[in-house]
Amino acid sequence: MADPAAVQTQAFNLWYGTFQALYDVDITVAAGRITSLIGPSGCGKSTLLRSINRITERLGYVRTTGSIEVYGHPIIGPAVSLVQVRKQIGMVFQRPNPLPLSIRENVLFGWKLHNEGPKATRAQEDEIVEQALRTVLLWDETKDRLAHTATGLSLEQQQKLCIARLLPVKPRLLLMDEPCSALDPKGTEAVEELIWTLRGAYTILLVTHNMAQARRASDDCAFMLMGRLVEHRSTNELFVAPEDPRTGDYIEGRYG
Amino acid sequence: MAPTPPDDHASDRRNLDWYVDRGMRWIVTVGGVSAIVFIIGIFAFVTREGFPFLFDGFEAGEFFGSPAWRPTSEPNPTYGALALIAGTASVTGLAVLSAVPFSLGAAIYIAEFATGRTREVLKVLVELLAAIPSVVWGFIGLSMMNPLIIAIFDVPVGLNVLNAGLILGLMAAPIMTTIAEDALKAVPDAYREAGEAMGATRWQVTMRVVLPAAKNGLMAAVLLGVGRGFGETMAVLMASGHSINLPTSPFDSVRALTATIAAELGETAVGSEHYQALFTLGMLLFAVTFSINLAADLFVRGVRRG
Ligand SMILES: Nc1ncnc2c1ncn2[C@@H]1O[C@H](COP(=O)(O)OP(=O)(O)O)[C@@H](O)[C@H]1O
Ligand SMILES: [Mg+2]
Repeated sequence: MADPAAVQTQAFNLWYGTFQALYDVDITVAAGRITSLIGPSGCGKSTLLRSINRITERLGYVRTTGSIEVYGHPIIGPAVSLVQVRKQIGMVFQRPNPLPLSIRENVLFGWKLHNEGPKATRAQEDEIVEQALRTVLLWDETKDRLAHTATGLSLEQQQKLCIARLLPVKPRLLLMDEPCSALDPKGTEAVEELIWTLRGAYTILLVTHNMAQARRASDDCAFMLMGRLVEHRSTNELFVAPEDPRTGDYIEGRYG
Repeated sequence: MAPTPPDDHASDRRNLDWYVDRGMRWIVTVGGVSAIVFIIGIFAFVTREGFPFLFDGFEAGEFFGSPAWRPTSEPNPTYGALALIAGTASVTGLAVLSAVPFSLGAAIYIAEFATGRTREVLKVLVELLAAIPSVVWGFIGLSMMNPLIIAIFDVPVGLNVLNAGLILGLMAAPIMTTIAEDALKAVPDAYREAGEAMGATRWQVTMRVVLPAAKNGLMAAVLLGVGRGFGETMAVLMASGHSINLPTSPFDSVRALTATIAAELGETAVGSEHYQALFTLGMLLFAVTFSINLAADLFVRGVRRG
């Protein structure tokens, strides 16, 4: 039997108050791959991404219909533990948002939340921190200042740290909302490379408005327009031979 | 006749704006400078009135070490402020102890959990609480808390540290709540979002992210509450029992620095030793509240540990 899809939505609709932002979205995101989500500004990319860990619910006025499954388990419903859902789904935001704690405490934050076993020893924690920071290629730069506050890092380093802090709880899915848009070209390149090294170990869903980035950095690509999913195929096919004329128009730059 | 330059009108208006600008700037500057002048003026006045005492009759050992405040005893008046300092300190200390948990709790609830109408109603209520005049609080202390304390604890008098401390706590709580709430509000929402996305509950986010991030502002809230307690006069005068005592339990009556000045200043001859001693008490109060406010200000500016 094939792996269950990492994410599967069915007839998913979302309203902000009375404004409908998503219409009947059916999308199946393959496990272990990088899927990019493209589309013009305001088409609902962030909204869809943020529905998958239900962080949209922070706003009291959001209402949804339809279903979302993550690795075969429904994430919406009275029997679902939101904490468990968010434990297996990591999110990276558009603006790097490390917590105003030390670098070390940032990496350990999620891990401490979810650790149900006995309290880890200092050495075990050190191990976790080192491994996470090594994975995001930040260890050498930060190993001598783990106790310093994370907000003193450069934006590129902050964004890497925001990825690193997700890893100790071993999520299976990483949601990234334009993770490079606040970075300079050099930082963008570094973070893109990092995302590529995470490929395979994690399923990654990556929102981007940068088509070159989608093309470079993803296996699959989904195009959204005005709250609907228009086309979803392998990145190569989508860019070389789009099926829907609207997709073609977009990748040729005919929408803003 | 030469045509009027097209920008003539525009430059007229600029002139008017310019005068208004200058005028307003002048008024605002006078306002700002006068605040400084008043502060310095008050400080100079208090100091001048109290100064002769500092050089003539003043004995630091007696002032800070003796509880005997007997300014009217003839022929040997003594000016020991220890009991008054202890009175103020004990009442303020109890006030802070009782106000901090409530204020922080209220601020956390209003800033982090309450939504919509509940939040608005609570904020208005807290502000209303802050608007109650201190003499009304004193009245509550005298006529409600007093019999209540006597009945509950079976003590002869209910005008004591406990009474004044609780009243003062109630008075300081709204200020602490409002400032603490501002401090929590100032924590960027991105932090909360990051925490929640990692699977933290609202409570975990509050405890592990928001409170540490707001700690300087919260510290300032507590300090300003302390400052409020220190300077309060009328309510303390009415609720504390106003008798000179080194308190050993919350049921002892005490007398506060402020209340002493308020009660005695009107009955002293201007320039007398007693009068000057009262001004020395004023200098002490001034120094303490000034330090507290300065400390609060430094906390707000985010002075780091160490
Ligand atoms: N918090 C919100 N409240 C109301 N409307 C929102 C909110 N966030 C987004 N929207 C609206 O939903 C639509 C989709 O937004 P978004 O998902 O952020 O688009 P994208 O990420 O593709 O640029 C937009 O029209 C936007 O105005
Ligand atoms: Mg977006």
